[in-house]
Amino acid sequence: MRTCIVGGGLLAYFLSRSLLSKGHSLTIINRDREECEWFARRLRAVIVHGDGTHPAVMEDADSAAADSVLAITPHDEDNYLICQIARLKYGTPYVFALLNDPDNEGIFQELGIASAYSSVELLSQLIEQRIGYDAVTNLTPLADGKANLTEVLMPQDSPAAGRAVQELEFPEGCLIVSILRAGRAIIPRGPTVLEAADRVGVVSLPESYPKALAVLIGDRVV
Amino acid sequence: MARKKFVVIVGCGRFGSYLANRFSAEGSSVVVVDPDPESFTGLNSDFSGFTIEGNAFEFAVLEQAKVGKSDLFVAATEKDSTNLYCADVAKTHFKVPRVVARVYDPELTEIFRNTSIELVCPAVLSTDRFFQSGS
Repeated sequence: MRTCIVGGGLLAYFLSRSLLSKGHSLTIINRDREECEWFARRLRAVIVHGDGTHPAVMEDADSAAADSVLAITPHDEDNYLICQIARLKYGTPYVFALLNDPDNEGIFQELGIASAYSSVELLSQLIEQRIGYDAVTNLTPLADGKANLTEVLMPQDSPAAGRAVQELEFPEGCLIVSILRAGRAIIPRGPTVLEAADRVGVVSLPESYPKALAVLIGDRVV
Repeated sequence: MARKKFVVIVGCGRFGSYLANRFSAEGSSVVVVDPDPESFTGLNSDFSGFTIEGNAFEFAVLEQAKVGKSDLFVAATEKDSTNLYCADVAKTHFKVPRVVARVYDPELTEIFRNTSIELVCPAVLSTDRFFQSGS
């Protein structure tokens, strides 16, 4: 996969490192000469010094050969133009724009740049998903950190309420180990029926955790 | 009586202010947008339109300028990317009937040739003029 990144800073650097480790062959366009030299010393990538909104610079970077162009400068309008040059001039199959103004997501899609994401929007979604849901507490690592113990407060509309533990479509790699109900601790067996407002202790492998959570609290989080 | 023509111009440099003065003198309603309030000193004393201080690439600013109601939108800032972006938003989102963008880089006029944005490139215009005058 040939990827062209237009932008700079640590964002471009760490993104490049991540893509290089996944086997992308990489070109970076950056308009700051010193930063270009810094990149060139640290990354196995082709570094092009210039402004990516100038078609001639995109040409120098051999953008025609790129499978994807990622525009991650701090200016939305520059990211727009970089993507449009790639689409209109080279027919680049995949273009991506980083947006600074979250209001622009819809607009960019209207203008034909489907993959446009605002970092503000992504971050707030991540926060909501990972830590924003206050029904999930006590993330304790177990087994050398390879498994976790989590407590989940079952909401009123929990799809698991009124069902026995053994009926739940729980994924492999997780187990309900405790229930706190009205101040009383229960160590459940298969026939134990869950109720709304139970605080349920779950031991899980990281990859099974989102599914387990979905079984207990519905789709609101994952 | 025919409705007054409504023109939105972003960028109040030499080109933008010159255009704004002309349209205003012709009796059009004009709104000019520029982030620098000093730039509005380029408008004539009898300029009858409105000025908005703001960045044209901000969607909220374009909405404030009532781009959706305009008959003509001209993007005349100093940056090609800003001009093309605003022009595309005016055309595609706000469905403005006539949209013009000034671009400095002649190559961009080629790349955007098949879009419905009218492009004004000073280098191309003066070169064409030069060859037309029979050099």
